[in-house]
Amino acid sequence: MNRDYRFEHKHILGIEQLSAADIFHILDIAVSFKEISNRPIKKVPTLKGKTIINFFFEPSTRTRLSFEIAAKRMSADTFNIAASTSSATKGETLIDTARNLQAMNPDIIIIRHGSSGAPGLLTRHVGASIINAGDGTHEHPSQALLDTMTVREHKGEIEGLTIAIVGDIAHSRVAHSDILAFTKLGAEVRVAGPATFMPPMVESLGARVCSSVAEAVTDADVVMALRIQKERQDDPLIPSLREYAQFYGINRALLTKYAKPDALIMHPGPINRGVEMNPDVADGTGSVILEQVTNGVAVRMALLYLVMGQEGAE
Amino acid sequence: MTSAKTIILQNGRIIDPAAGLDCSGDIWLRDGAIVAAQPDIPDGSEIFDLQGKWIVPGLIDMHVHLREPGEEYKETVESGTRAAAAGGFTAVACMPNTSPVNDCASVTRLILEAAAKQGLARVYPVGAISLGSKGKGLAEYGELKDAGAVAVTDDGLPVLDSQLMRRAMEYAGSHGLLVMSHSEEISLSRNGSMNEGVVSTRLGLRGIPVAAEAIMVYREIALAELTGQRTHIAHVSTAAAAELIRQAKARGVKLTAETTPHYFTLTEEAVADYNTNAKMNPPLRTEDDRQAIIKGLQDGTFDAIATDHAPHSVLEKELEFDRAANGIIGLETSLALSLALVREGLIDVVRMVELMSVAPARILNVPGGSLAEGSVADVTVIDPEREFVFTEESIFSKGKNSPFLDWKLQGKAVLTIMDGRITHDELS
Repeated sequence: MNRDYRFEHKHILGIEQLSAADIFHILDIAVSFKEISNRPIKKVPTLKGKTIINFFFEPSTRTRLSFEIAAKRMSADTFNIAASTSSATKGETLIDTARNLQAMNPDIIIIRHGSSGAPGLLTRHVGASIINAGDGTHEHPSQALLDTMTVREHKGEIEGLTIAIVGDIAHSRVAHSDILAFTKLGAEVRVAGPATFMPPMVESLGARVCSSVAEAVTDADVVMALRIQKERQDDPLIPSLREYAQFYGINRALLTKYAKPDALIMHPGPINRGVEMNPDVADGTGSVILEQVTNGVAVRMALLYLVMGQEGAE
Repeated sequence: MTSAKTIILQNGRIIDPAAGLDCSGDIWLRDGAIVAAQPDIPDGSEIFDLQGKWIVPGLIDMHVHLREPGEEYKETVESGTRAAAAGGFTAVACMPNTSPVNDCASVTRLILEAAAKQGLARVYPVGAISLGSKGKGLAEYGELKDAGAVAVTDDGLPVLDSQLMRRAMEYAGSHGLLVMSHSEEISLSRNGSMNEGVVSTRLGLRGIPVAAEAIMVYREIALAELTGQRTHIAHVSTAAAAELIRQAKARGVKLTAETTPHYFTLTEEAVADYNTNAKMNPPLRTEDDRQAIIKGLQDGTFDAIATDHAPHSVLEKELEFDRAANGIIGLETSLALSLALVREGLIDVVRMVELMSVAPARILNVPGGSLAEGSVADVTVIDPEREFVFTEESIFSKGKNSPFLDWKLQGKAVLTIMDGRITHDELS
C-alpha cells in the first residue's frame, strides 16, 4: 500500500465516489477485522462511546442486523429506527427528521431509503457521517464491498476476472454498485436478463450486455443472480416468474456447460429458490452466499472504523 | 405617473422587428401609446438618455405560473408580475393550474383584478381545457374568453383523451381561443423524475424517455391537421419533437411552438448530485437535444421563447429528488440567457426580440410586440453589457428555485415600461 495514501471519505454514499485504492484499503481493514468475529469475546473497544443510528425507511433484516452487529463488535452504542416507528409516517420530512436526530449528536447515521440520493441529501443537513445502506435504485456500497471481499478471498485477485450478473439490473442497487466496484478493480462485468431488466444505456456504467445467460456465464469466474422483485402492477417487466426461471434462472446444467469449473456462485439475498437460482446451485459447489453474509459484518466494521477516522477532515 | 406626462427615450438602439427597424433614435410615449416625436419637448417630460442601450418592444412571456389563487405562499400575481417587470417583461400569460383551477370566468376575473390592482404587467389568463383539468368534459370557453382568457390548456397535465383534445381544438376555434398543449404521454413518463439516459442510470432515477414527448406532440399535430385549428406546443425539450414540428409546419399545419431558456442552456448533467432546482417537466435532456433546440430557434421551428416560470417553496424542493416538485423560476433569467445566444452568434438580436415579444403577441393575439406609432406603450430597455450575479437575495419572485443561482450573467433589463408607466428602473 502506498505510504502517502489516506482514506478521505467522511461519508460512504456509493462506490462511485471511491477509487480502487480506497476499495483495497477498505478490504484490507475488513480482512484484519474479520478475525474479531471468531473470538470467544467478539468485541473490541475501538468505537467505545460512539453513537450510531440505524435509520431504515425500508424493510431490511440482513443489512440492518449486519450493521448493528458490526457496530456492537466495535463497542459503539447503536439505535435502530424503522420508518413505521419514526415520524416519517406523521408527515415529517426527511430533513426535519434528520435534523432532530442530529440534535442528539450521533456520530454515524446509517440510512436505507427508497429514494435515490436520499443519503446525499442528509449530508447537506447533518454533521454526522452518513453511510448509505441502500438508496432507491442507486447504490448499495457495503454490499458491493462485501462481494469484492468475498471474491478476492477466493480468487486472490479481482483484476482479469469475468463476473456475470443475471437478473433485474435496472431495479437493483446491488448490481449498480457491483458493476462499479468490480470494473474499478479491473474485472470484466457482464450483465444478462430480459431487456425490460436492463437500465437505459447500462454500458455507460462499464458493463457489457449479453444477449443470453449462456453468453454471460461462458468462462465466467463469478456468477451472481439477483433477486427478482415482485411483478410490478404499473410496469410489467416479465410475464411470469415461471417463464423467467425457464429462460434466466441459474441452474447446474447451465453452469456445468458454460462457466469455469471453479466459478463462484453469489446472491445478495434473499433468494427466491427455483426462480432466479435453483437450490442445487445455491447450496452446491462454488456457492459462497453465506460467506458473503459473514464478510458483510467485517466490511461494515471497516466502514464504521474508517469514517470515524475522518473526524474533522471536512 | 399621470398619463399626460411624456416619456422620451433618447439615443438608444431601436430594435423593432415588426417594422424591420434596427437603428439609433428616440421613442416617445404618451397616453399609454407610442407617439411621434415632436419638435418641442413638452414641459414635465421624463427624459432618459439611453446611449449604449437597446430599446425593444416590451417582452412577453407566454408561459408562466403565478400560483394565485390558492398557492400564494409560492407566488402571487403581485410578486410574479414584479419579477416579470424586473426581468424586462411587460406581459405574461399565466397557466390555469391554480387552486381552484382557472376553468371558469370567476377565476379568470379574480386574476385580472389582482393584476389590475398591481399594474406591474399585463396578465393574460389561460383557461383550462377541461373542467378542473381533470381531462373529462370541456370548460366553458365562451365565458372564459369573455372574462379575458386568451387561450386554453391543461398545462402541468396532458390531455390523455384524444377525442377530448380534438373537441377542445374545435370548440376553442369557435371562440377564437388558442389551444396550448402540454405534450406528455403519461404511461411512459409516470414516476419518472429526469431524462431517461446515462445520467438517470448513474443516479438510479426513473427516467422520462424522449418518446413521452414526441408521441404526444405527434398526436397534437395529427389533431391540428384533422381539425384545421391552430395549436400551440408548449415547452418543447427534445430534438425529436422539434423535428416533428418542423415537418408539420413545412406542410402547412397551423402550428406554433415555444421552448425555454433552460432547454437551450442546460442538459441533464445539471441534475447530477440530485439538484432539485434542475428538476422540471419535461426534463432537461442531452447535449444533442440542446443543440437541436438552438437550431429550432434559428430556423423558425420555434416561434417563441417562454420561461415556464414555476415558483415553488423549499417545502416542495428540499426533498428527496423523486419526491420534489417539478419546475423552476425563469422570469428574471430569461433575457440574460437569451442574450447569451446572441453574444455567441447563434441568433441575432432581431430574432431574439421576435422570439420574446413579437411572436408571443401575435400567437396570443394581444397588443404589443411593436414600437410603431400607435402601439401600446410597452417598452423594454436592455443594457447588453450589464453584468450581474443571480443571487437568491436579488430575486423578486417568491420562488428561489433556479438552477442558475449564483451564475454570473450578462445583459439586463434596466428600464421596463408598461402602458406608459415605469414598472422597473435600474437606470436612475
